[in-house]
Amino acid sequence: MADVTITVDGKKLTAPAGALLIDVCRKAGIEIPAFCYYPGLSLQAACRMCVVRQEKVPKLQTACTTTVAEGQVFITDSPEITQARKATIELLLGNHPLDCPVCDAGGECELQDMTFKYGAGESLYAEAKQHREEQQWSPAVFYDRPRCILCYRCIRMCGEGMDVWALGVQNRGASAVIAPNGGDRLDCEQCGMCIDVCPVGALTSGSYRYKTRPWEMNHVSTVCTHCADGCKVTLGVRQSNDGSAIVRADNRDKSGINGDFLCAKGRFGFDFVENPERLSKPLVRNAAGKLEPATWEHALRVAAARLKEVRDSRGGSAIGVIGSNVTTNEENYLLQKFARAVLQTNNIDHERTTDYSAFAHALAGHTGRSASLREIAAAPAILLIGGNPTEEHPLLAWELRTNVRLNRARLYIANTAEIKLERQAKAVLRLSANGYTHLPAYLGGSDAAIANTAFREALLAEESLVVIFGQEYRGAPVEELVQWGVNRPNVRFAFLGDLANSRGAADMGLLPSLLPGYVPVTTPGAFAAEYSGMPTAPGKTHPEMLAAAANGQLGALFIVGANPVSSLRSDPAQLKGTFVIVQDIFLTETAALADVVFPAASLYEKTGTITNTYGDVQLVKKGADRAGTKPDFEILVRLAGAMGVDVKALVPFGKTGMTADLGQSRGAQAGEADRHAVWLAARGLEPKLSPFDPLAALDEIERLVPAYKLDRPNLFGGNDATTDPGFVPVSALSGPDLVTPTHNGLFTSGTLGYYSDSLKDLQRHQTPARAETAAD
Amino acid sequence: MSSETMTIFSPKVAARFDALVQKYPVKRSALVPMLLYAQDEVGYLSDAVIADVAARIGITELEVRNVATYYSMLRFKPAGKFNVQVCTNISCMLRGAYDLFDRFQDELGVGHKGVTPDGVFSLEEVECIGACCWAPAIQVNYDFHDDLTPDQVPAILDTYRGKAKAEGTAAHA
Repeated sequence: MADVTITVDGKKLTAPAGALLIDVCRKAGIEIPAFCYYPGLSLQAACRMCVVRQEKVPKLQTACTTTVAEGQVFITDSPEITQARKATIELLLGNHPLDCPVCDAGGECELQDMTFKYGAGESLYAEAKQHREEQQWSPAVFYDRPRCILCYRCIRMCGEGMDVWALGVQNRGASAVIAPNGGDRLDCEQCGMCIDVCPVGALTSGSYRYKTRPWEMNHVSTVCTHCADGCKVTLGVRQSNDGSAIVRADNRDKSGINGDFLCAKGRFGFDFVENPERLSKPLVRNAAGKLEPATWEHALRVAAARLKEVRDSRGGSAIGVIGSNVTTNEENYLLQKFARAVLQTNNIDHERTTDYSAFAHALAGHTGRSASLREIAAAPAILLIGGNPTEEHPLLAWELRTNVRLNRARLYIANTAEIKLERQAKAVLRLSANGYTHLPAYLGGSDAAIANTAFREALLAEESLVVIFGQEYRGAPVEELVQWGVNRPNVRFAFLGDLANSRGAADMGLLPSLLPGYVPVTTPGAFAAEYSGMPTAPGKTHPEMLAAAANGQLGALFIVGANPVSSLRSDPAQLKGTFVIVQDIFLTETAALADVVFPAASLYEKTGTITNTYGDVQLVKKGADRAGTKPDFEILVRLAGAMGVDVKALVPFGKTGMTADLGQSRGAQAGEADRHAVWLAARGLEPKLSPFDPLAALDEIERLVPAYKLDRPNLFGGNDATTDPGFVPVSALSGPDLVTPTHNGLFTSGTLGYYSDSLKDLQRHQTPARAETAAD
Repeated sequence: MSSETMTIFSPKVAARFDALVQKYPVKRSALVPMLLYAQDEVGYLSDAVIADVAARIGITELEVRNVATYYSMLRFKPAGKFNVQVCTNISCMLRGAYDLFDRFQDELGVGHKGVTPDGVFSLEEVECIGACCWAPAIQVNYDFHDDLTPDQVPAILDTYRGKAKAEGTAAHA
């Protein structure tokens, strides 16, 4: 809309006509207090805190509902307004208990801040305050009625934001209460958004309440370790007996790709790090065949000696390596480099949940065709094929709902089953069981298998389109679908994966036939010079490795953060003859069979980057600390060191002591340059100082993987940096039949979820055993 | 609609509801009248009533409760067969409404919002019923009795007791 000029407190402000005064003022740095106003939600005008004086208008106006028009004059700060706000607070405090010293919100409470600001600490009201007992609505949500100021934020967030509509307001006036849909319990998605938006301490979190105060915590912004959406999460960390403990997770400053949003897993599922079953000492199998605690030095020595022995006597092909979906890009990169350059094997894989290699293959040569999450959040038209974002990608579902609600985006859904997001959809195409394979042809104009021309016509009429497709697609069908889109202008794609860094694991080459950036091992190109001694024949996939172990063909198996014994349901006896090294957070079924177990740090206890399923790279920062564990990166470097490898060749750290050779020298080294030093110098970067600094590996990733051209100021500023798989020069399909989606829902998260008591509590709450509900 | 065949309401009220939900641009506008008719028929807003009404309008039970709890004339517990509503707003109050209310309490042995053990009467102190000219006034279900003195209370109650008995025997016969 056309811009208008208004005057606020004597300052001229320019804003689009029709913008809300409160937004215009806040943008210009003029503070307008408000309890009920919440950006992005419908207007309530319930709290009367945002009152301002408008020239020629007899009464004070609410800034949250006043739209700006040309020539308006406002005053936002005057004795009159201060008095009005003070009176409002006095009324709010009429029934609000002054239990700030024990209240969770104390220190970050909007009512407390306003009371301090407007000085309504004393009241003329002498009446007794209404008291009601607090209620527990679910393991996650508690409600303390006396503290509630009836701002309706929770109700609107739950309804409009989450499309759950589980909260309402009942009764009238001073006896009004917020009520959950289940009478005395909350039947909802347990996202905790209501707690997050509560301006006071009326809604409190089961996992955080009465534990600490906001100023006693360090607040560390990192990335959630659960699903593949990669929400930014702020961990509230406090010192504990064995390191430092996470007491809270939220998105405190509303920054990052998820803005306000966090789901139940991100908000409550951090407690697996505190699980008493957490590994905290290296374990080595003793002569009696029992795993017993050992020192790091001993465990590293045993593991390194055996790896070296197997490599030297039986060759690299007798070693297998299985990586993780939740370790950082740097760790994944280092693991595959360690496998290829040190162990000299291409037997490296991970438990694939999505066929990202097919996606990269399909996009090869087409830049600007993959959609980042921010692009999805702002896209005018979206086609969602398969998947169920509400359950498996809560952030994506949130962004789609928000985009439809606020920007009137048009959402088209094609699915075999009915999904909740259809409530936001403009059109739905119900597919038959094998409909996904027919879809590319249908989109291309064929009515042979799917007869619904209206849906296709609406879709094709869109000027630009983001196509999001689920794990139903793998292998050749991915190619067909993407092919349809790349032939049209303005079509972008996103592929839905499963775990926190599944995309990163594939991008970093934890695949037997593909190097980082999906470069085939058979034509390694630049990697041949980087990874000296690297074999060029594709290695074994992870089921093949376990089969080889059963046949006695595998001398050693090195597993980082994976549990193939459980996921492949393989017979534990298969691993009897193989020396197994496991790095993990917990003693999983696989770790229990290992000969050496290293206790690893979780994603919340390390630094690095991870890539979400949309290819957005984000910085992971060390929040908590757990005594006895080490990040996988450090364990790998130490293991390589214990094997007698030149660590500098593995992790480029420190000055090499050689300046770049621009071709003057002769002999075997002619034309050889320290490529890394040249690359760093060209970008004005310093070499990293420590071999344990994962960012040294990030430098190398950026140098070698064309898709990872990272916007560093953005990345290190705590934002997402996009990658573009379209840069990939060549690649090949890699075993689509090996893809096994985990389909984690709102309260499950593989091994991590298994060790998270709060997620298990929520799951139990969602499926109540009716027989157990006692009458008392 | 399958919900119609499952309905807990009489055919007459159910038909009325079917017409009501069609009457407004948005279905939920029919909510308050539906709740009033439902209360008249069932006596109060039971869980079943709330579920039925919610299904007819296509909103959640929570939303029905949000609206219903706002109004003091909608109740969630059964009232007596005859609900005695004594107005105590200003005109009635000045003309002795509290004496009247006290007499009802004594006669019935129950207080505000109370129900007699036999379920025949319930007593309620209500806001203005629009009969100020004939204060003090009461309303028993939809019948008005006005210009009252406390001494008339036993006779009024006896009339309704008789009605209750007659209907009771009629039902048994």
